[in-house]
Amino acid sequence: MRTLTKLNKSTEIADDATADMSADSAVAREELEGRIKGAAPLARDTVHPGSHPHSRAHESAVKHVTGRAAYIDDLKAPADALHVALALSPVAHGRLTRLDLDKVRDMPGVVDVVGFHDVPGHTDIGPVFPGDPIFVEEEISYVGQVMFAVAAESYRAAREAVNAALAKGIAEIDEQPACLDPVATAERGEFVRPTHVQQSGDWEQALANAAHVVEAEQFVGGQEHFYLEGQACLVQPTEDEGVIVHTSNQHPSETQKLVAEVLGIPFHAVTVEVRRMGGGFGGKETQASPWACIAALIARRTGRTTRVRLPRADDMRATGKRHPFHNRYRLGIDEQGVIQGGEITVIGDCGYSPDLSDAIVDRAMFHSDNAYSLGEARVIGHRARTHTASNTAFRGFGGPQGMMVIEAAMDDIARRIGEDPLTVRKRNFYRPGRQTTHYGQQVDQIKLLRELVEQLETSSEYWARRRAITEFNAESPIVKRGLALTPVKFGISFTAKHLNQAGALLHVYTDGSVMINHGGTEMGQGLHTKICQVVARELGLDVDEVRITATRTDKVPNTSPTAASSGADLNGQAARDACVKLKQRLFDFAHEHLYKDQGLDRDDMRLEAGHLVAGYGESERRIPWGELVQTAYLNRILLSEKGFYATPLIHYDRNVGQGRPFYYYAFGAAVAEVSVDTLTGEYQVDRVDILHDVGDSLNPAIDIGQVEGGFIQGMGWLTSEELKWNEAGRLISDGPATYKIPTYGDLPPVFNVKLMEGHPNSMASIYRSKAVGEPPFMLGMAVWSALRDALASLADYAEAPRLDTPATPERVLLAAEELRSRYDSARLERGAP
Amino acid sequence: MIDFMLNGRPCRSEATPETSVLELLRETLGATGTKEGCASGDCGACTVAIGEPGPNGELRYHSANACITPAHQLNGRYLVTVEGLAQGESLHPAQAAMVECHGSQCGFCTPGIVMSLFTLHEQQRHAPAPLTPQRLEAALGGNLCRCTGYRPIRDAALSMNQHPDNRPQWLDAAAATKTTEMASGDEAAFLQPTTLAALVDCLKRHPKARLVAGATDLWLEATQRLAHFEHVIDVTRVAELNDIDETTLEDGRSGWWLGAAVTYSRLEPLFEEHYDAFAHLLHRLGSQQVRNRGTLGGNVANASPIGDTPPVLLALGSRLRLVGPDDGHGVRERELPLEDFFLDYKRTALREGEAIRAIFLPRPVAGQTLKVWKLSKRREDDISAVLGAFAWRMENGVMRDVRLAFGGMAAIPKRAAHAEAALEGKAPDAAAFQAARQALGKDFQPMSDVRGSAHYRQLSAANLLERLRLSIAQAETDSSREVMLHAYAH
Repeated sequence: MRTLTKLNKSTEIADDATADMSADSAVAREELEGRIKGAAPLARDTVHPGSHPHSRAHESAVKHVTGRAAYIDDLKAPADALHVALALSPVAHGRLTRLDLDKVRDMPGVVDVVGFHDVPGHTDIGPVFPGDPIFVEEEISYVGQVMFAVAAESYRAAREAVNAALAKGIAEIDEQPACLDPVATAERGEFVRPTHVQQSGDWEQALANAAHVVEAEQFVGGQEHFYLEGQACLVQPTEDEGVIVHTSNQHPSETQKLVAEVLGIPFHAVTVEVRRMGGGFGGKETQASPWACIAALIARRTGRTTRVRLPRADDMRATGKRHPFHNRYRLGIDEQGVIQGGEITVIGDCGYSPDLSDAIVDRAMFHSDNAYSLGEARVIGHRARTHTASNTAFRGFGGPQGMMVIEAAMDDIARRIGEDPLTVRKRNFYRPGRQTTHYGQQVDQIKLLRELVEQLETSSEYWARRRAITEFNAESPIVKRGLALTPVKFGISFTAKHLNQAGALLHVYTDGSVMINHGGTEMGQGLHTKICQVVARELGLDVDEVRITATRTDKVPNTSPTAASSGADLNGQAARDACVKLKQRLFDFAHEHLYKDQGLDRDDMRLEAGHLVAGYGESERRIPWGELVQTAYLNRILLSEKGFYATPLIHYDRNVGQGRPFYYYAFGAAVAEVSVDTLTGEYQVDRVDILHDVGDSLNPAIDIGQVEGGFIQGMGWLTSEELKWNEAGRLISDGPATYKIPTYGDLPPVFNVKLMEGHPNSMASIYRSKAVGEPPFMLGMAVWSALRDALASLADYAEAPRLDTPATPERVLLAAEELRSRYDSARLERGAP
Repeated sequence: MIDFMLNGRPCRSEATPETSVLELLRETLGATGTKEGCASGDCGACTVAIGEPGPNGELRYHSANACITPAHQLNGRYLVTVEGLAQGESLHPAQAAMVECHGSQCGFCTPGIVMSLFTLHEQQRHAPAPLTPQRLEAALGGNLCRCTGYRPIRDAALSMNQHPDNRPQWLDAAAATKTTEMASGDEAAFLQPTTLAALVDCLKRHPKARLVAGATDLWLEATQRLAHFEHVIDVTRVAELNDIDETTLEDGRSGWWLGAAVTYSRLEPLFEEHYDAFAHLLHRLGSQQVRNRGTLGGNVANASPIGDTPPVLLALGSRLRLVGPDDGHGVRERELPLEDFFLDYKRTALREGEAIRAIFLPRPVAGQTLKVWKLSKRREDDISAVLGAFAWRMENGVMRDVRLAFGGMAAIPKRAAHAEAALEGKAPDAAAFQAARQALGKDFQPMSDVRGSAHYRQLSAANLLERLRLSIAQAETDSSREVMLHAYAH
């Protein structure tokens, strides 16, 4: 039986959504009004100016630097704990015709061997839609798919047994031709989910009436997460029918559900715990569950603690990546280069199963406008099936791939009308009168976007550098420089509405120390630090008095994944909700028992600097927090509280492709300058300037860290990080020797990064902050656009070359050669030097 | 039995020959502060520091990737891991600076980064020098961080010296502690000879043994392919293989015999003095952790078509000195030109039971120039798609002794005979180089792989010859026009 969270009944959901929307919109307007005007619970609370008191170090910083922070593989296990190795399919497509697992059982050190037929419960562990078998039953769908698992006394023994078993041919496979080309499968209609369309106005008429039509295609490459800590889990059997799962995981509740379903036991028999991840980036949202399910299966069968950790090459083969996309656009523009309308098609390469691809391709569509009004437009998103690992969440969740199409168009339009790309971008920004997206959401804070870009334009000296670069390029035949400013507008909220909820559990102990638990997981983004800060702020305590331990499904249940940049937005509000409730109870108690005879006003009570304070001036009374807590305890007042939050206002109707899927947008912009060697395709990033909007920052140090790290990761995606498969569908960039993420030397020598100030969130987010996990990732597009700008100089800026990504030196060189061959011969014909 | 000092305390442990330092730490000793990110020496998460007595007996620490360092090589060494640096709650400056600069996010790469910063801090104590961008790049280029984008790590490196110098006393006191060198008895599977005679004796007894120096390639067989090594001969302690001897060959060329076990890090000063281009290449070869352990001998013996140093050595006309047992109890040596060493893909002239003793590096001659250009997806710590090494000397306006060698263009590192012929005796003008570019098509039919397509390799190799022409022209005319990017230039 499928549980409620498995959304395989799409019709019902659609009905719900429609019902929701009509009910929602009236309430929504009212709520929005109230919140913006400050009547709602959260009034604006600005970051204190000056010394950034909110710039707390990461809660685990000292543990990180001393090696005391424990990751999954560091956890101590009993001496008899089992180690698991996985047998991965060597072919991309075929049928498993025979699997002789008995031969493996006798191998040295082997304790248990499990395959498809050993699963007592569900065998499909698809996270949202079915389609992901825990083990191959018969159909093999990609190189790296798990055929069976071996548990042995040591990690090495398990891996050796797998190698020996495969070498002995215990698996017979009838290999079939693999399909690795998503464009071809899309043309054949082979999709993992149905195509979705968003449309506003008469796009065909807009194209027909336009002064010019620009069109192009692009390929946007995928990306390996390369979290430094690979997939890992440790599972202990409990004394009843269940398990305790320690996992490096962004979505403990989903893993709890899947483990329970695989074992055929109730959810309450499974507890999932996540203390921290050594990086997630989306790669542990759905793709951490299979290992937990397999380990749980073995732990239950053997009664022994079971450990899984994937060797890096297995990790890279078996797990999905950022979706590669093939995009096309056809846009009508006026003489000024302003888009009138047109059509955009995005094809996401989803791999073999749906996983989260529906929402990911949706998000690519939601962001194919980036910061620009598309006018009357149609956006089509296909979800192509190929024989590769099932592509999955990765920071930006399709948004970056969608934005790339419109950023390509901006450069192309600029060359067509002979204007600077920045001028064209600014003309096309959302603006009064053109404020509604192609999916029907109003873009508020359009003034913020314009101000942000203008500030950056000035601080980066864009125009002076533009002139210098043009002069330099005219004199430099080999080395060419390029400059680009690209903006980011990123929608914040899960587009699956039900995920926009969070819970928290607050305990105050009798010594006054505070424990907060919430549904979010810590993967380095500083979420726990921010939540501790929220609690400390609400309770008037020092941050050191508030502690977060691990995220556990038995403390806060039914949680959403820590994803969509939503961690602090959702869990911060839930934690605050718990604090507010507890505070009210303590105030009531204090009013009743402590101050009643002193005539102190209940409404004036507050918690600050470790005290409950009542009254002002001469009538002020202060009780130390510890004393308050102890007295409350002795008077039998509950010192524990739950918090909850559900994001208001949001809705989206997939039937008509219209709604308000995002609570708000986060903005940012980056200017990158590059130098390109047009003989070899080598390039360097000379300078980067970034201005990014986080509303009123919860922790400027952490937010800057997210902005910088996101930018570099985004730059890596578009430059050096190249995934390559061979013709048989085997990933050949399967380790850090062949897959190159940015390293220290890729840090631009000049890197000016600032947070936008003075623009609190227009929505009542936690302390008017904004989500920061994903939006800065897309700032990396400036580097790609600057590379195109440098190359365009070879064509006297008459065109921008097609530059698919990642723009490796090879792609840059081939683009340069292509332009040179056409324009140099044209120059020769004109008799120019 | 392995006998070493771990964070100032004596430690003894048993291990199979293929055990890595990382496995020893995490699995045998339960010291899990040091992390495994890739088990292939590419990410630096497992970085540790290894101390050896320096010239004056004081301990000198270098960084190493624990995942591909053989555990047995710890014998008699002083291992420092991230757990050893703090004294109670008092952090080492490398740690304090990382905390203060917000240098950790997920924290998984952090122990490795702290250890790289620690070795930098140690270097600064022994030989203080400005922390130039190049120096920081060398110190940190081998540590991947997926979260921070590196800026706060740079800030930590630059601000370490502002923190109190809380440095464990045992880092120096350890020098006084004498740990025993392991004997290479007959039964040992991991043999550590200290003299050439002992090495040859080991080779004679175990002609099929795997030879290891820095283990930066061989140990991938252990971690990635789970290889078992019956016998391993560690050449790093053979005194003669660690020598750098000035010499004059019979053909009259003077230069140096570089011991096969001399690490890249030790070669740096020599290259910097005589071959700027080679030194520059060295800075882009692997990472600091790899250069601290990897050797020229290993790079040559490994015979990879994409090894960085063989094309340079080919362009310079290098020779090899090989050793092996003779028919009796003695040592037999032979010499051969490097180009006769590479036979086919990963196949060399090295016979069973033979080892490379030294590599001849000729001294630059008057009028000679060496250019070395490496093309890769990432500037630091990447493997070449194409590497071109070009040596020639100008005589009366024409190019003489032209030697053009390439990596990544054939199954072996190889000279471009046709292209060389097109330039030999010619003035470095456009016509000569056009002919050389065309001749390159006869020299090479490269393949497509993960690092680049055949077309890209052919095109960029030809373009490197064009760069060569432009750089000669630029030097002659003293033009300020850039012919290549400064980040890649030397």
